[in-house]
Amino acid sequence: MKEVTLEIDGKEVKVKEGTTLLEAAKTVGVEIPTLCYHEKLEPYGACRICSVEIKSGNRTRLVAACVYPVEEGLVVNTKSERVAKTRKMLLELMLARAPSAKKIEDLAYEYGVDKARFEKESFFCILCGLCVRYCAEVKKKNAITFIGRGTEREVMFIPEIASRECPSCQECFDLCPTDGLRANFLLAQALTF
Amino acid sequence: MPKLNQEAELGKLRQDIVSKRDPNKPCITICSGTGCHAYGSEKVASAFMEELEKQGLGEKIDLRRTGCHGFCERGTLVVIYPEETCYLRVQPEDAPDVVQSVREKRIIDRLLYTDPITGEKIVRESEIPFYKYQERIIFGDNRKIDPQNIDDYIALGGYSALPKVLFEMTPDEVLTEIKKSNLRGRGGGGFPTGRKWESTKNAPGEPKYVIVNCDEGDPGAYMNRSLMEGNPHSVLEGLIIGAYAMGSHEGFIYVRAEYPLAVDNVRLAIKQAEEHGLLGENILGSGFDFKIEVHQGAGAFVSGESSALMTAIEGRVGEPRPKYIHTSEKGIWDKPSDLNNVETWANIPFIINKGVSWFNSIGTDRSKGTKIFALVGKVNNTGLVEMPLGATLRDIIYKIGGGIPGGKKFKAVQTGGPSGGCIPEAYLDSPIDFDELTKLGSMMGSGGMIVMDEDTCVVDVARYFLNVLRDESCGKCVPCREGIRQMLRIFNRITEGKGEEGDIELLEEISEVMRDSSLCALGQTAPNPALTTFKYFRDEYEAHIREKRCPAGVCKALISYYIDPNKCQACMICLRDCPAGAIEGGKNLIHVINQEKCTKCGTCLEVCPPRFDAVRRMSGEPIPVPIPQEERVISRKEKQ
Repeated sequence: MKEVTLEIDGKEVKVKEGTTLLEAAKTVGVEIPTLCYHEKLEPYGACRICSVEIKSGNRTRLVAACVYPVEEGLVVNTKSERVAKTRKMLLELMLARAPSAKKIEDLAYEYGVDKARFEKESFFCILCGLCVRYCAEVKKKNAITFIGRGTEREVMFIPEIASRECPSCQECFDLCPTDGLRANFLLAQALTF
Repeated sequence: MPKLNQEAELGKLRQDIVSKRDPNKPCITICSGTGCHAYGSEKVASAFMEELEKQGLGEKIDLRRTGCHGFCERGTLVVIYPEETCYLRVQPEDAPDVVQSVREKRIIDRLLYTDPITGEKIVRESEIPFYKYQERIIFGDNRKIDPQNIDDYIALGGYSALPKVLFEMTPDEVLTEIKKSNLRGRGGGGFPTGRKWESTKNAPGEPKYVIVNCDEGDPGAYMNRSLMEGNPHSVLEGLIIGAYAMGSHEGFIYVRAEYPLAVDNVRLAIKQAEEHGLLGENILGSGFDFKIEVHQGAGAFVSGESSALMTAIEGRVGEPRPKYIHTSEKGIWDKPSDLNNVETWANIPFIINKGVSWFNSIGTDRSKGTKIFALVGKVNNTGLVEMPLGATLRDIIYKIGGGIPGGKKFKAVQTGGPSGGCIPEAYLDSPIDFDELTKLGSMMGSGGMIVMDEDTCVVDVARYFLNVLRDESCGKCVPCREGIRQMLRIFNRITEGKGEEGDIELLEEISEVMRDSSLCALGQTAPNPALTTFKYFRDEYEAHIREKRCPAGVCKALISYYIDPNKCQACMICLRDCPAGAIEGGKNLIHVINQEKCTKCGTCLEVCPPRFDAVRRMSGEPIPVPIPQEERVISRKEKQ
């Protein structure tokens, strides 16, 4: 495969064509935060926390590093003001949704989200879909899924499959960035299995 | 119907159809588009059919149920050819009279259009101002064609671009024509169609797919629907030509299931085209094969987004893909897939037939051709309007739309649905094309145009569109899902009188992040209605937030109704009509609104006789204390 040269935070990077910006950044020690990314899963591009600023020609724009493939001569800035501002807002939004999620709290602290300007919700889940995708892509069981659309979207165990598959697996629990999944499972088990 | 095997056979069929049709034979056409259907055009058509039988005129007068004519405000529309006499608001009861009048070559005055200014009656459809100022190209044949009869389309020259392409042009030549035409996508973004085709054509991978996007979902927009229902063959012809140019042998038509008539008509059209050898294997004996499948969408607005639509065709939940690769290169099952809007496809046969220079002579510098708009809202003539790009908003709203009803003042026009914005009066003379609307912070979208008068609260409008998207976002990415949730919350607060200083700035901050980082165009453009209203109507937001006042008198939490004791004649009308029983008083007792009970429905204001004019809607000012009980008695002079 062809090799591509690009610049990430001022560092020259040489990687194979088809590599994502996230993977390319890792090779030169540039850390990009992620929430919905997992190396065993297809990139999902939903949390947008990995947004980075790219420059091609005179245009700059934000892209999700977990999905965007490297390009020859691309200039990537993972720490620009625009990136920081975006991540900060995204974290503020997620924090309002799931105020007790440890991982979100930590990231929020790192990005200086000090005040909560939004009304808090009491969800446990940030809908990163790691559990749903892990179950579908790795375990191939589809015991957990998304239901609903828009702001009503949520994650739900499918009782018929989950009652059969989940008790002996539970591998997705450790992937969850919010601890909400175990509680969700126990609740589903108590109510529907 | 034996399959047509050669170009010549199609020409002969056309001649046969035309020669059997006497242009002087009277034909009653009844609009059966969506608007007229809702007015009961089905019953009107049956009444006409019965009446023709009854008067023994079945052989002498033709009856044709056509697609949407466009002047939906005045349905059911009936046009009688060859005179082109246009009757509006026709009811089943009018059938006997109309049928008789056709026989007697007489005109029924009461059903004609009356010019609101001169009071003059207008007979011919094309002379009614609503139609007169339009330039109907794509939409023009809708009113002449029975969409369920392929002969009608063929008789008017339909399917003449197809053989021209198949027998006289190479696929590359077709592509070059479309590129040179500068046609831009009619579905939203206005991307050059030729470039999109080229990218699919050149992308590696087989098979290639071509797709019609009929997932129209903007509130108030129905032009794609009317075209698909009214002239499906024009879309099919465009699609087949595109397939030939791109080397595709399989196409999809994605129609939302809420458009049952469009689904039926396009399915029937496909069947008829196949029977005629215009679709399927070896089209017209040219050796080119192409088949089409209809896919019904399950009603998701987001499925109009190209990658979501393709995911839905694959049989999965219609959610946009995060990949940074165009669907024209990797679309359905990762194969090159070209997706164009209904109206874009319908443009193709015209460009092939009439040529690139003709097409380039219409429109503005960078936006060529015409565009169909759904003109709705607070405008006298609502309906579907086709205009050359570059026409002004004023032309459309005033010349064609007949201005604002009830002598009210124009306030804004919302274009582009939930992704578009509100354009104020100052820009009424702006030419409408893709770039101008984007410059104003709005967008063309698929052509929805909602006119608003002074009684519309723009804060409420922006809130409304966010509320639409709350349901319609797929909910996958954080900026769109959570951004909409929080924006809507703040909007709700503002309209409830709980807005705070800094709310606008916070909304702007969320908007910027949504624009910058959302996964698909739905989320990226979701803040547009809010942002344009901040830009053009900031003072109204400030009135809501600072003065707790809704200048348009719409936001219920910020308004009150008050009866002026000096004007009230204790006539009992409002007291009786108040659905909340909130009005106190009685005969000869001045009426007073109990503000605790009042639901702010506005009935009292509506029913108070204009000569009394006693009810007032107030906002942002304290309601005067009710006058004491003892002063409420009215002593009237005894009648002599």
